[in-house]
Amino acid sequence: MKLVFELGSRGRRMSILPECDVPEYVPGNERSTKPRLPEVSETELARHYSELEDNIFGLNNGMIPLGSCTMKYNPKINEREASLTGFTDIHPLQDPDTVKGCREVIKETEDALCEITGMDAMTLQPSAGAHGEFTGLLTIKKYHDSRGDNARTKIIVPDSAHGTNPASAAMAGFKIVNVSSTEEGIVDLDALREAAGPDTAGLMLTNPNTLGIFDRNIKEITDIIHEAGGLCYYDGANLNAIVGNARPGDMGFDVVHLNLHKTFSTPHACGGPGAGPVGCRAFLRDFLPKHMRSFSCNFLVVVRALTYIKMLGGDGLADVSRNAVLNANYLMSLISDKYETSPEGVRFMHEFVITMEKMEKEHNVSALDIAKMLDDYGIHPPTMYFPLIVHEALMVEPTETEPKEMLEYLSDSLHKIYEQSITDPEYAHSAPHTAYITRPDEVKAARKPVVKYAFE
Amino acid sequence: MGSFIPNTPEEQKEMLDVVGAKSFDDLFTDIPEDVKLRNGLDLPEGKSELETDREMKSLASMNKVYGSIFRGAGAYWHYIPAIVKEVTTNETFVTAYTPYQPEINQGVLQSIFEYQTMICELTGMDVSNASVYDGATAAAEAAHMCIDRKRKKMIISEAVDPKTIAVVETYCYGSGTELVKVPAKDGKTDLDALQAALDGSIAGVIFQQPDYYGILEPAREIIDMIHGAGAKAVMSVNPTTLGYLETPGELGADIAVGEGQPLGIDLAYGGPYLGFMAAVQKLERQLPGRIIGQTEDTEGKRSFVLTLQAREQHIRREKAGSNICSNQALCALAASVYMAAMGPDGMRETAVQCASKAHYLRDRLAEAGLRQKYDSEFFNEFVTVSETDTDAIMKALDAENILGGLPLGHGEILWCATEMNTKADIERAAAAVASVTGKEVTA
Repeated sequence: MKLVFELGSRGRRMSILPECDVPEYVPGNERSTKPRLPEVSETELARHYSELEDNIFGLNNGMIPLGSCTMKYNPKINEREASLTGFTDIHPLQDPDTVKGCREVIKETEDALCEITGMDAMTLQPSAGAHGEFTGLLTIKKYHDSRGDNARTKIIVPDSAHGTNPASAAMAGFKIVNVSSTEEGIVDLDALREAAGPDTAGLMLTNPNTLGIFDRNIKEITDIIHEAGGLCYYDGANLNAIVGNARPGDMGFDVVHLNLHKTFSTPHACGGPGAGPVGCRAFLRDFLPKHMRSFSCNFLVVVRALTYIKMLGGDGLADVSRNAVLNANYLMSLISDKYETSPEGVRFMHEFVITMEKMEKEHNVSALDIAKMLDDYGIHPPTMYFPLIVHEALMVEPTETEPKEMLEYLSDSLHKIYEQSITDPEYAHSAPHTAYITRPDEVKAARKPVVKYAFE
Repeated sequence: MGSFIPNTPEEQKEMLDVVGAKSFDDLFTDIPEDVKLRNGLDLPEGKSELETDREMKSLASMNKVYGSIFRGAGAYWHYIPAIVKEVTTNETFVTAYTPYQPEINQGVLQSIFEYQTMICELTGMDVSNASVYDGATAAAEAAHMCIDRKRKKMIISEAVDPKTIAVVETYCYGSGTELVKVPAKDGKTDLDALQAALDGSIAGVIFQQPDYYGILEPAREIIDMIHGAGAKAVMSVNPTTLGYLETPGELGADIAVGEGQPLGIDLAYGGPYLGFMAAVQKLERQLPGRIIGQTEDTEGKRSFVLTLQAREQHIRREKAGSNICSNQALCALAASVYMAAMGPDGMRETAVQCASKAHYLRDRLAEAGLRQKYDSEFFNEFVTVSETDTDAIMKALDAENILGGLPLGHGEILWCATEMNTKADIERAAAAVASVTGKEVTA
């Protein structure tokens, strides 16, 4: 594919602006060179982006069973509501009387999310999950500071946690204490008791965790932290597994972040924008940071999430988690003859982790190879090499919006891939075979980074 | 009740049989009974698509959409070429995941690589990341980039947008970074105060061009002063103005950040927007967030991948420079399509029209009795002051379906004009103001 800079010719342009209808004013301080932006016609530009689109795997191209990412269907109605002029053409600094609709959208969404999480207050400011984590941790920090409890400098994080958890804790000025998981993949209570103490600011936990397992000791876990004087933070990345059937507030959590682009069906949009609302109990309300971004929230993302919540209602949301768990368990049943889960013999919720360790040892075909082979079957690879505690991990989350026959197709594909890997490891190593490129050289990219076009 | 679950109850039953569960309850046995939600969520009952559409439209209709907007202060009313929306509403761009799988997502990766290139061209900087949440968080992340073992304090000018200052303060509270505020004098950074605050403990200084009051700061002088103290210069810029103005790159800034919303992104009551970040080469590895790099595949074909990932949270965990793990990809795409559609000449024309209309507005408002407060060169925003009641002025404009400038208190108003405001709009606004001040205007 050509880059947009390789199209067009000097002087080619589109007819966008009218002539200036007031006297021209040009200040001094003019830039010495023109920016080398594209000089193209609309024909070329439209074709360029169509070509790029053709080389992207979107949700409408097939299933994206990425564990922990909840790539569920993005309803079209969400997009329509988010494109209403009454939402898109509103200046963020308009007077409150002129934005009653926006304020109502925000209020309704906050109220619904409080009910869904069992929290008392909610801020929609955070622009993504990681931003929500940072917001929640600042809330915890401010709470301890307000009590003069300055010795609480540590955040406890299980070894199965998302990378953002420790990174967010570090940004909020905390030190990280890792606690190990048991062989069953849940928090080791003895290790947790040992870790918790007068220096504990809080615990960050995803439940179901990143292995897809609901930690049945959750009440003991939150009790241990509270008894030590710490607060409990719920990473809502996996809320899709329990929404409408259990609430973080009832598990003993004090602060929660949600990913609207996961559970609440707003699009991932190639990596963002998302939204990561943060909820808390009443006693923490005043400690929520007020300035996480310039303006109120990623409003159009919130509009989409509210549209979804309105359509589903409480019962519809409970159906979501039931079917998300059913779809994952169904898929797992279909492939369990060939693929080994990690850990074995536990109850998985909305996602499960398989380990390709044996395949790697015996046939030199890795989790990466298996993932890339899926490309050729029209399926996006699952999450690879995460969580870090499982070797050769593939983490699979089908979501509730996949029909039964798609799960069966994924199972059939995985069975064929299994056979292919054993009979022809070389074929596996060179997968994918039908994509626009073969495997790119990532080492070369990082060694001598080329991060912009080299104009001639 | 609405639903997006394809499987029918019968199919669900078949599937439950296969997994060996009698009912859904059997799938939730790890959730302790006292944690299970017994009576369901207390939310309004679900609705059909048609009913939901009606409700959302009714909410949207409760907002006032102005015919002409003279308010900026961080969010700007610009023309968005048709092709921008056509591309950014394409369902593949809308629904795709982060391009961690390069083989099947070259389109995403290439679009961000093009975005990075355009941001470098616009700012005159060496390297750009794939974007962060918004302009204010970009400034906050830039502050973090400046800090090192020896220098742990940051300075921010009070001529910077107060919303940006507040967000930088929030981030600094987290990291324990001391933030020194240098006051504004006559609507610009007080250079004497800046000089006095600069010492060997200062890692960097954040200033804005044009500043919050629309005024053009003596950027070169400020940057030289910052470098003289061995600190890094972080310049927050409005991308529209860079179609014309000297770039952070040629002025010698170390990091350029800004709010990308003016580049083809809806006002949308504040978001989603786009924080752009670009830096000099030697700070490449300090940039937070995603960066796309060029490489080749096993057959030598040009390819793009996420690169320098060793900086990021999923690899470095608590040692990462930032926790960010998303970018504003779709907003970055809008910005790229916008810049490509405008081209270098269109970008310059937009900047010049904004400046021209703002100056025409300044003159007409002066006739209507609103004096320009600061006697300094400005670009597309400026402050007026008068003894007339600001509320009355805003009301008169509102009656004309015009959103007036932002009231700053004490009779001061921060005005903005863009290519969207026609000469007739400007004259209508001035007449509405004059009707309150009792002046006569030539129109």
